[in-house]
Amino acid sequence: MAESGNPTPAATEQFSAGLRFRDDVAADEPAVSLDAFLEQEEADSVRIEAGEDVTVLFPHLSRVRLIEVDFPKFRDGRGFSTARMLREAGYTGEIKATGDVLVDLIFFMRRCGFDSFAPDKPIDPSDAEAALTRWDNVYVPAADDRVPIWKLRHG
Amino acid sequence: MYRYDKYDQAMVDTRVEEFRDQVRRRIEGKMDDDQFKPLRLKNGLYLQLHAYMLRVAVPYGTLNSAQMRTLAMIARKYDRGYGHFTTRQNIQYNWIKLAEAPDILADLAKVEMHAIQTSGESIRNISSDQYAGAAADELIDPRPWAEMLRQMTTFMPEFSYLPRKFKIAIIASAEDRIALRWHDFALRIVQNTAGELGFEVFAGGGMGRTPFIAYCIREFLPTTQIFSYLQAVLRVWNRHARRDNIHKQRMKILVHDLGQEEFTAQVEEAFEHFLSLGEDFPPAEYDRIAAYFAPPAFEQGLSDEIDLSDPAFARWVERQVVAHKAPGYAIANISLKPVGGIPGDITAEQMELVADLAERFSFDELRSTHAQNLVLPHVKKADLYTVWQALVSAGLADANLDLISDLIACPGLDYCSLANARSIPVAQKIAERFADPARQADLGELKIKISGCINACGHHHAGNIGILGVDRKGSESYQLLLGGSGDEDTTQAKIAGPGFDEDGIVDAVERAVEHYRAVRSPNERFIDTYRRVGMDGFKEAIYG
Ligand code: HEM
Ligand code: SF4
Repeated sequence: MAESGNPTPAATEQFSAGLRFRDDVAADEPAVSLDAFLEQEEADSVRIEAGEDVTVLFPHLSRVRLIEVDFPKFRDGRGFSTARMLREAGYTGEIKATGDVLVDLIFFMRRCGFDSFAPDKPIDPSDAEAALTRWDNVYVPAADDRVPIWKLRHG
Repeated sequence: MYRYDKYDQAMVDTRVEEFRDQVRRRIEGKMDDDQFKPLRLKNGLYLQLHAYMLRVAVPYGTLNSAQMRTLAMIARKYDRGYGHFTTRQNIQYNWIKLAEAPDILADLAKVEMHAIQTSGESIRNISSDQYAGAAADELIDPRPWAEMLRQMTTFMPEFSYLPRKFKIAIIASAEDRIALRWHDFALRIVQNTAGELGFEVFAGGGMGRTPFIAYCIREFLPTTQIFSYLQAVLRVWNRHARRDNIHKQRMKILVHDLGQEEFTAQVEEAFEHFLSLGEDFPPAEYDRIAAYFAPPAFEQGLSDEIDLSDPAFARWVERQVVAHKAPGYAIANISLKPVGGIPGDITAEQMELVADLAERFSFDELRSTHAQNLVLPHVKKADLYTVWQALVSAGLADANLDLISDLIACPGLDYCSLANARSIPVAQKIAERFADPARQADLGELKIKISGCINACGHHHAGNIGILGVDRKGSESYQLLLGGSGDEDTTQAKIAGPGFDEDGIVDAVERAVEHYRAVRSPNERFIDTYRRVGMDGFKEAIYG
């Protein structure tokens, strides 16, 4: 049995609605590039390309609502670190995975702090649900609230 | 030995179901081959020249008899009756059908085994000392830490698409039996002046086309902080490695581009951060795992005498048997290098015989080694003769540990789609040339390692004599390298000169070996002679 962290029923309903796992209203301004964001004080949505240094955003997180993290190729795993570092820095807004996002990655992406997905190629909602509900437990902690097995073993 | 609890079992069972589903989606055309490839690689399935190859993890080289019998069953049922032990202590099958792969994984899961992360850009199976828990020279059994690392590196979300593969090794003795510093990340368990155990940490080793020997990046890491530290290393690499050229994405490239000091500084900064998250494992978890590795119930008061009146047995004992920490016990090495055979290959029948021996004479334990041999770690000295006789009957009693015929060789052009040249026939011809046991014994320790291309799966960079298959104008050719070592005195071998054809390379090896005999000091190993006299004399002897 899952001890924690399975997607909530609310999220499950959203599998068909573009894979967004948040209750708040989505940002409506298009995300701007990191350079543009740093220049435009009113911008609240930013897009991070693979290889860009996410830490330059850290001083500005309070004004951000949406951060898009791009995966140019699904094999390029830099975005996983980007998302988890944002969560570790205390960011609670939306983190959206864009680009070459495959269903086989979204479980790990959720665990790293992504809470919405806008892949180039649409993901079959039933495949997504299967992928996100498959693992009852996890060995290690990440940016979500799932309790690692090593804690479950020792109560 | 470690046993899965309900959590570990559920992890491998779920993985089998996940892979079944992925294979189904591939077969239904929901996924193209480009998308499927990394998924099958994360389950150990390579596409080779003739068929799929499946690499099964042997965690830190430890097996019990039930597991070995399952490996034999798989060889018989899904392959052609044999398997191949690799230089990272795993086993490979060369003739696998994709549609059957999920069933094989399900069979493995029944004996607490898997093929998770045995290939692809992932954190691979952890290598460790094949003598762990038995060696007279170890500080502590490293396997509880290896098992801890196995669990913490299985499905790390942030590191699910690393720039390249990542290989970890761990030992707890001064003697290096696993090519420690040829790994991306390597740990030696050490004791500080306060008597506490910790890890000496090395990073940035690797073979392939750009070989590097790992640096020490930390002299003492408290054992309880390993999860934070490992994540720090992985994050620095994952964020900053190149992603534009597959040949430059291993961690060794970043470590050496940044330099020891800068890489270490970045890791330390990330380490501070991870420590502040407070996510390291509870100490009770180490105790839980370590309890599984408690020493077996060794009998007390046994004699250390071995009856050596049978000369063939005496030769085997002298070569294959190593000191054990418990009085009256010994470590017995089983050679998978019969002269004329394929290094590391073993038949299903041989696997079953070895499983029986482990069950009857070695507390149900077996080990695989990076030199592609097997080990019975805990044999009563009084049982050695019986064990040896059984090995003789199965063709497994060669007495050549660390000798010239104990060659390491990759599959090469006989199986591998990346190969430039065949490795196996060269290994066979060298073993045949030096088949005479007296000649081998006279030459003493001499490690030959053969790779069929620059990817270096056969460890040629670490060979006292290394052989590298290259493509010269469309025909197979071999380069000779000298002076490498994967032991505690790690060095990288150097190319001696122009290449040879298949028979030429065997002659060249012989000339190098004869030069060593001519110039060696009494009791001097090949590698020590080479280091003392240098390349020039060897070059002259080889090329005339
Ligand atoms: C036949 C299928 C195989 C293929 C396609 C293959 C492919 C490769 C490639 C591409 C590399 C270079 C990796 C790099 O530099 O990043 C490599 C390295 C390596 N492979 Fe294999 N390999 C195969 C079989 C084996 C076997 C059978 C063994 C063990 C006997 C093995 C053990 C290794 C080792 C130890 C390395 C060196 C690791 C390092 O660079 O540190 N491989 N392999
Ligand atoms: S060294 Fe080259 S030829 Fe040998 S197994 Fe590796 S990739 Fe194949």
